[in-house]
Amino acid sequence: MKKFGILFLALIMVATMALGCATDGESDGGSEEQIVAGFIYVGPTNDGGYTTAHDNGRLYMEEQLGDAVRSIYKENVPEDKGEVVKVIREMVDQGANIIFATSFGHMDGLIEAAAEFPEVKFAHCSGYQTAENATNYFGRMYQARYLSGIVAGMKTETDKIAYVAAFPIPEVIRGINAFTLGAKSVNPDVEVHVRWTNTWYDPASEKAAAEALLDEGCDVTAQHQDSTATMVAAEEAGAYSIGYNVSSEEAVPKAYMTAPLWNWGAYYLTAVEQVIDGTWTNTPYWGGMDEGVISLDEMTELAPQGAAEKVAEVEAKIISGEFDVFNGPIYNQAGEEVVNEGDSMTDEEMLGFDWFVQGVVGDIPESN
Amino acid sequence: MRIAKRSELSGNQIALVRLAAVFGALVFGGLFLIVLGENPITIYISMVKGGLGSFFRFRETVNIAIPLLITSLGVMIAFKMRFWNIGAEGQIFMGAFAATYLALNFSDLPKPLLLMMMGTASMVMGGIWLVVPAWFKARFGTNETLFTLMLNYIALRWVTYLQYSLWKDPNAMGFPKIASFGQNALLPKVFDIHIGWIIALVLIYAIYVYLNHTKTGYEIMVIGESEDTARYAGIDIKRVILKTMFLSGAVCGLVGMIQASGISGTLSVDLTGGVGFTAIITAWLSGLNPVMVGVVSFLFAMLRQGGSFIQTAYQIPASAAEILQALILFFVLASEFFLRYKVVLFKKKGRGI
Repeated sequence: MKKFGILFLALIMVATMALGCATDGESDGGSEEQIVAGFIYVGPTNDGGYTTAHDNGRLYMEEQLGDAVRSIYKENVPEDKGEVVKVIREMVDQGANIIFATSFGHMDGLIEAAAEFPEVKFAHCSGYQTAENATNYFGRMYQARYLSGIVAGMKTETDKIAYVAAFPIPEVIRGINAFTLGAKSVNPDVEVHVRWTNTWYDPASEKAAAEALLDEGCDVTAQHQDSTATMVAAEEAGAYSIGYNVSSEEAVPKAYMTAPLWNWGAYYLTAVEQVIDGTWTNTPYWGGMDEGVISLDEMTELAPQGAAEKVAEVEAKIISGEFDVFNGPIYNQAGEEVVNEGDSMTDEEMLGFDWFVQGVVGDIPESN
Repeated sequence: MRIAKRSELSGNQIALVRLAAVFGALVFGGLFLIVLGENPITIYISMVKGGLGSFFRFRETVNIAIPLLITSLGVMIAFKMRFWNIGAEGQIFMGAFAATYLALNFSDLPKPLLLMMMGTASMVMGGIWLVVPAWFKARFGTNETLFTLMLNYIALRWVTYLQYSLWKDPNAMGFPKIASFGQNALLPKVFDIHIGWIIALVLIYAIYVYLNHTKTGYEIMVIGESEDTARYAGIDIKRVILKTMFLSGAVCGLVGMIQASGISGTLSVDLTGGVGFTAIITAWLSGLNPVMVGVVSFLFAMLRQGGSFIQTAYQIPASAAEILQALILFFVLASEFFLRYKVVLFKKKGRGI
């Protein structure tokens, strides 16, 4: 009985192997000249947030370039080096010429794979490492965060705003600080209460964190999370919310006021075009509102009176370069003046943010 | 209708049931794919191509098969004795923990020495992680299924703690990850695949011999069949249980070292990929036969790799590809049920009872 089982399974194996080899010669679609662009996502494309924003960018790029490009993507790729390398190998195997990895934790795997495939171009979103054939790209999201802070600061009545945040890394800290500065610019008494979830995408823990903050008396929520869970919690509690990544008016109509948005399409289009005409370089990209990669969503009726005018005024200053959020004086949580009047933070300082500004209630866990 | 145990089936009948299962899985999966708007034939062919179509893909399949195979061997040893080791996941994590400790702190040692130490440490740690519930079972008769299952969560939380605070890489700008291993702590490659595949093949042979051609192997089998018989035969049951469980845990612990050193290059909470649970299925499907474990694990890995391939090749959502894999698995498992039991419809009788 057992012997037969072995024989049977062995037969299946031989048959499948034969099938595998027999069809080996075929290509997997696509002509020689077609550029293949691979996208590595940390969540599902329908997360209604971060990954959706990237996927919209991919679709826009594909639509603009038509037959010149074929794009492939992989969802739910964990932030584990081995997993990322595996997915990249798979994509290169399917002919990828350029690969975009969209989450911070994909960095180590991408840098390792870049050395393995020198002929492929790599671009990593939100990281800081580069290689000959690998660059990174991100946007000055803090600009739109500041604007959304203005809206939240005007809206709150308890002067306590909830901020559900993923990881204590510079990108997230920068966003919290910008948001807080924006809120304080219109409401000096405001406090921004931060809760870490240690995950980009996990609707259950995002929601739990939001609920805890709402219970503590916050009446407006903001988030650095990939899903809409924080806003759902706000809606259920009768509070108001600032979203992130994409517009969520349809998802949470009774809470959504506005959101800082990613418009990745323009960047992806440029990057892939550069690969097509051979002008791609590993120069990092950090675009701001002036380039359109970042914006603040149109405000809903729930936004406070006068917010639109105030935001429009500051937005114009940001786009013209007259104001760039981290202009002194800026105080830390202890009330010390860290950036003096007349000074402003350099890009390098902003990219390494590891302290909170005054008005933030919460800690940055220390590394050993 | 009632369910009755079957008498022994002939080889042909078994083959027929299994064929029907595979066929049923393909048909159901096909319907599912049609609903998604894909051509099932194309998708099935590309799943096979995705698993074996080139050396590249073959290598990825082998990379998936290695941890699955070795873990299945590990839990199989315990299953032989009717000891339900559901804790492979935890044993892998603890093995990886021990290996990572050495890799991070003794990175200057010569490569062969360091790797040997990591391997040994991971086996000892994995072994201990299973000996604890085994001892409680032998001493107090505790339920090992629950005990080993719970130890999984302790191990997972321990690794989470390491990653998020104790061993957090200070150079990662606050991102919770453990530093990558140095070159000396990485498994070498043979034919461009890390040497875990050689370890796996050696283990198949060693465990086959151990179970079938040694005294302990025989004792394990006797205990598995009947503890009373074993006691009557004068076997020191406690000693055999502890020894065997240490071995089972050690083999699973080694998987932790292989994954950390050969695949991830560090320790993370995503290290196991759920292989400790999948291995339970593969071990059972193999009828607790070491050689079959190799075959089944490879087929399983092919299914996984093929499923992963169609996601990128056809942009089938990750969840849909997983449903497809689960469907196939479900049918195969169901067929095992029908090999042992049959459904009997009550015959209508002329008169009431």
